Formats: sequence, structure tokens, C-alpha cells
Amino acid sequence: MTSKFVDTPIPPLVAEVEKWQLRFFAKAVGETNPIYFDEVAARAAGHPSILAPPTYAVTLSLCETDPYARYRSLGIDWCRMLHAQQGFEYFGPIYAGDRIRFESRIVDFIQRRQGRLKFLIEETEAWNQDGALTTRFRKTIVIRGPETAQ
Amino acid sequence: MIEHAGQVAVGDCLPTLIKPPITRTTLAYFCGASNDHNPLHIDPDAARAAGMEDVFAHGMLNMAYMGQLLTGWVAQACLRSFEVKFGAIVRLGEQLVCNGEIIDKQLREGGCRVVIRLLATNQAGEEKLSGEAVVELPVLETAQTTGA
Repeated sequence: MTSKFVDTPIPPLVAEVEKWQLRFFAKAVGETNPIYFDEVAARAAGHPSILAPPTYAVTLSLCETDPYARYRSLGIDWCRMLHAQQGFEYFGPIYAGDRIRFESRIVDFIQRRQGRLKFLIEETEAWNQDGALTTRFRKTIVIRGPETAQ
Repeated sequence: MIEHAGQVAVGDCLPTLIKPPITRTTLAYFCGASNDHNPLHIDPDAARAAGMEDVFAHGMLNMAYMGQLLTGWVAQACLRSFEVKFGAIVRLGEQLVCNGEIIDKQLREGGCRVVIRLLATNQAGEEKLSGEAVVELPVLETAQTTGA
């Protein structure tokens, strides 16, 4: 069953890539390669600044005050959401100092088992300040109905 | 680090990456660092209210670990795509063991496309994450003739 959610416009988000946040991210995941947290090392390796790691675009796309508002507005309780799948296509790097514009849309919303399981698929493109597409990512979220909770 | 296509062959495995056990501190850091403030990952009361035993790792933390398997092996600029399925939640005390195996290698105009099958388990070998990544590596004439 398709749904009214599909192609619901999601307002674009523009976010700056901050050095401190890349450092914090590197610390949180135990990163040891300094191109991901040390600007001097990144430059020495030929990068213009600290390089954002492969999954960082998702983090940046969540930098709104309330990134879950879009799901609540669809009637989805965020405590029942589980991340089922995530995929990225890469077209160019993201560096500290970049301004990234995220354009998202819901590409599918599928209900299974009489609505007790729902799957929401959202696709996002991340464009940089020069108008270049850096990455496109696809998030699949599963929403458990209340009756499926243990 | 792998730098060109001659250094890899179908059947090769990436060096295994073993991450430390997940602690509440790990999850608190990742909550702040990743902008994912979902209370299921940091607040045991919220986790229990949602029917879970306790807090558990963010899917994107597990995927970031898998990303480190890749970027520890090849420069990130070679990465063309990277996708995972979150098969089972990663609980406190569990350790992610990340592995990759080359399952395809195709010469193309301007480079060589290499497909890596990804699998992460906990320390007991139970599957947590599976997926695939595609990297594109430069082809060196000399590397081709010496046949790596």
C-alpha cells in the first residue's frame, strides 16, 4: 500500500561542517587516523581541512533542533523507530568548513502485518557550497506497532 | 593501505577490525557527537518503556565502525558506495568484530571496481550487521604485468 507520506516535501536544511564536531565524532568512534580530527595532519595528507568520515553526512543532517519533528508530523512515535538499513553513494568529499544543503524526500512507506510493522524509506542528497553533490543516502526505518512491543 | 588494483584479488579479506565493548559512556559520547538524541540509546527508562531490556548501540555507531574497517584499508576518496543492514541490535558489553571480503573485481575504463562484502558480528560470532561497499582503485600498468 502506498501512502500519502510518499513525496511529502521535507524542508531543506543547510548546515555547516564544524571542526569541533568532527573531532567529537572521531573521539566517539575511537578514530585513530588524524585526517579525521587534526587539521594539520589532514593538510599534510593533501586535504584542504579535516575530512568528514563516510557516515558523517547523516550526523550533519540531524543538526536541527528537533530532527524527529518530521516523523512526529507523520504520526510516528520516535521511540518505536528502529534503523533497519542505511546506504550511501559517494560523489565527492565533505570537509570542515563546508556548507551542506540537504534535500530529503520520503520515497516509500510500506505497511506489513496489518500495519503492525511499517517501513519508511527516506532519501537525502547532500550538496556543498559549490553546487556539487557530495553524497546521496537512503535510510530505511522500521516502526514497530505498540502490539509488537515485548 | 591499498593504493591500486594490483594489490587486491577476489577472495582477499580486509584486516579484521575489533572495536572495544559498548559501554553507556560510548553511547553518551555518540549521542552527542552524532546528533542522534533518541533516548532509546542513552536512557534505560525510555528503553524499557519501549519494550527493550536496556539501551543499545545506535545503528549509525555500528556503521561508523564498519566505515573504519574500510577507511583503514583504502583511502576514503576511493569509496563509491557503502550500505548496511542492521540485523540485530548491539547491546552493552558487546564488541563489534568487523570483516570484509572482496567478492568481485572488474576492470573498467579509468579504474577498477572492487566489491566488498561486509559482515560484523559480536565477540561470540552472532551476526549484527551485513552489507556491501564498492571502491574504485587506480590501475597501474606495472602492477598488472607483475600480476598481484
